[in-house]
Amino acid sequence: MKAPRRQTLIGLGGLALALRPLSARATPAAMQAQIDGFARGRNPQSRGIVLSVPEIVENGNSVPVTVRVESAMTGADRVRRVAVFSERNPAPDVLVAHFGPAAALAQVSFRMRMADSQSLTALAEMADGEIRIARVDVVVALAACLE
Amino acid sequence: MSTGGALISLPAQARPGDMVELRVLIAHPMETGLRSDDAGRTVPRHIIREVRIHYAGQEVLRAELSPAITANPYLSVTLRATITAPVVCRWTDDQGREASAQAMLRVS
Repeated sequence: MKAPRRQTLIGLGGLALALRPLSARATPAAMQAQIDGFARGRNPQSRGIVLSVPEIVENGNSVPVTVRVESAMTGADRVRRVAVFSERNPAPDVLVAHFGPAAALAQVSFRMRMADSQSLTALAEMADGEIRIARVDVVVALAACLE
Repeated sequence: MSTGGALISLPAQARPGDMVELRVLIAHPMETGLRSDDAGRTVPRHIIREVRIHYAGQEVLRAELSPAITANPYLSVTLRATITAPVVCRWTDDQGREASAQAMLRVS
């Protein structure tokens, strides 16, 4: 009666593998989908935007992030919004910031959770429709317990 | 709308035209909905969806938060000082709760 048991085990293993993709998880493809959604067909430019994150993070539960976009923030030279996306957190969304008329700089800082070493992407949408992009790779020593 | 639950950090004084860094720390668990308690039950998701910061009646920042933001969210942004006026921070979470805090920016 060994064969049925083996079959059952193989079956269960297959079931477990089949269920795996159902657990929510960002992937490079999921992050790219968010980037495409933000850019809406416009080609992101790798200039005039800085994403500052420590290259090596000891504690993934609290990672300081700053996004700064070069802009006078007056007249037509304004930044509408910036977004940060993650590649290997449970979901790709991190933060979207819309700058109002009282913002003096196109800069926002916050603290985020990182579930793993990964690449982060920052995007900015300028008032004239230009899209800017910056990426950084971050090594996380102690990952955040997100799951 | 209740007040409190956040710390707003501003310089004691600013001159008209100064760039002023504003820092906000909001007390909130930011539960991801992915965590289990000791009994193995999933802790329900409870996160701030949106934070709005206004100064002198004008919007400085509107931020959409996600479960990737730390517990007790910290946000920092820079505004241009014009007149003595309150800085107001309002936030809404996914349980529909809305709260706010404010601090006075003194400009002279």
